[in-house]
Amino acid sequence: MFPNRAAVEGIGDAAQLAEVKGRSLWADARIRFFRNRAAVISLVMLGLVAAFALFGGMFAQYEPDFVNFSLIGSNAYLGVPSLETGHYFGTDSNGRDLFARTAMGTGISLMVGIVGALVAVIVGTLYGATAGYYGGRVDGIMMRIVDVLMSIPFMFVLILMLVIFGRSIFMLFLGIGLISWLDMARIARGQTLTIKNKEFVEVAVATGVRPSKIILRHIVPNLLGIVIVYATLLVPNMIIFESFISFLGLGVQEPATSLGALINEGSRTMQFGYMWQISFPLFFFVVTIFAFFFVGDGLRDALDPKDR
Amino acid sequence: MLSFVIRRLAVAIPTLLILVVLSFILMYAAPGGPFNSERPLPPEVLANIEAKYGLDQPFWKQIINYVVSVVTQFDFGPSFQYKDRTVNEVIAQGFPVTLTYGFWSFVVAVTVGVSLGVAAAIKQNSWIDYFAVGVSIGAQVLPNFVMAPILLLVFTLWLGWLPGGGWNGGQWQFLIMPVIALSTSYMASIARITRSSMLEVLNTNFIRTAQAKGLPMRRVIWRHAMKPTILPVLSYLGPAFVGMITGSVIIDVFFSTGGIGQFFVNSAFNRDYSVIMGITILVGTLTILFNLVVDILYAWIDPKIRY
Repeated sequence: MFPNRAAVEGIGDAAQLAEVKGRSLWADARIRFFRNRAAVISLVMLGLVAAFALFGGMFAQYEPDFVNFSLIGSNAYLGVPSLETGHYFGTDSNGRDLFARTAMGTGISLMVGIVGALVAVIVGTLYGATAGYYGGRVDGIMMRIVDVLMSIPFMFVLILMLVIFGRSIFMLFLGIGLISWLDMARIARGQTLTIKNKEFVEVAVATGVRPSKIILRHIVPNLLGIVIVYATLLVPNMIIFESFISFLGLGVQEPATSLGALINEGSRTMQFGYMWQISFPLFFFVVTIFAFFFVGDGLRDALDPKDR
Repeated sequence: MLSFVIRRLAVAIPTLLILVVLSFILMYAAPGGPFNSERPLPPEVLANIEAKYGLDQPFWKQIINYVVSVVTQFDFGPSFQYKDRTVNEVIAQGFPVTLTYGFWSFVVAVTVGVSLGVAAAIKQNSWIDYFAVGVSIGAQVLPNFVMAPILLLVFTLWLGWLPGGGWNGGQWQFLIMPVIALSTSYMASIARITRSSMLEVLNTNFIRTAQAKGLPMRRVIWRHAMKPTILPVLSYLGPAFVGMITGSVIIDVFFSTGGIGQFFVNSAFNRDYSVIMGITILVGTLTILFNLVVDILYAWIDPKIRY
């Protein structure tokens, strides 16, 4: 009894099919992510916002720091948003083109957010992975330090630092970096505790790999999923954080600007009816934050399906 | 339990000391003193002033003096800018204001947030659930410095219902906008946490048992589901407290309520270090104490915690 030809081919096909169907974790995650409509729309929005930040300046008719003296004090009728004057978003109270400034502010806010999140993620992951991997007393001391730092209201210390050492983007990054890695360290440690008991780590230890290499090559890559999710959720928090500082007038310095600084300026003039001065920056702020949160949520559902 | 409290205190006190020393070192490292003005003072006058504020002594003596007077007498020394006032007087003027609207914001955030979250979880996929989820997503993008201008625009400029700022001895009209602006985003977070926590708890076996033995729903929720639900909320209260106390700076600046945040920002611009440090240390102490209380509450409610 020979199996008939069709059946044999069928088996071959099935084998091939099975091969095709084998999907990596990342491919799976990609599919899940693109099924999430809110996340995909947000991703597109983020792309548009980033494009506006990068290329918006090219379409502006004026430089962001160009002061049109003839417009100062006549915002109400000359500085309104219009296509004819070339001030698409109107002008600010100092007669500067708001379109160019919003593009610039969006760019700086995005940069602060992304760099801040990056610093936090790198420092936090390494710290947390180290603490989790070594365990015992090292872990206890390292995490106690995190606990202690967490209960200090860092915004006040940061403002103190900005006042003492002068305002600069570098100081801002340093301050943001100081605060934001703490959560990441906790998350990374928790994950490491479960990973370090897996067989592949045992094998690595048995073959004599150095601990630092185990952490970097075997543990950190396995933290990647949760790290990416957390980083995406951290970016909007960093943007909010920077905007908070800029709102107080302690963030980026003129003539540079950020969304927080623009919202602050706009909120001072809205009582005169210059609504465009607050609404355009606010719009970009809200869209950016929203989009990051939704993308982060989508990534979490995609990469970490058990955690709902 | 007592040993747990003592151990937590053993961590809290060094933390506070670190905060005091850290901010003192920062202040000491600052280039340029508070008395460097546009017109330089004659050296004798400067020396006199520095002697008055104790700035002529060596570093270690200054820091020990400062720490001792802060720790033993709660005395933060004289203000560098308000010539006739001490830091304690500045804090005594601003702190009650901050405390008043901060307290109400906290109460609003917790009560509204928890009830919204519980209601949303009990009636999952009803209109109240969608409302709660919608609010909590929407409020994520409305931090206090965005909320404050919007409120001002709507209630003061358009509707004219509420005064646009000031304090007026804490009359309720002056309290509404600060409280809403400060509490909204935390209320939303608390609602979200409560909802997901309650949903998880409602799916557990002991809740099914409680329902199976015929307890009324209200009793099941209050007696059985509430305690485990509240635990994640409790651990969020620490960060929320820090966030609110930080947000009070925005509230003070925006609504001119006259709380410590306003003094803090003014001092930051005037380089009035002693006031900045005094407020930083005060806020740090409050935060640490609050976290201590939360930890103790947590250990008391959660039977799984060993202490």
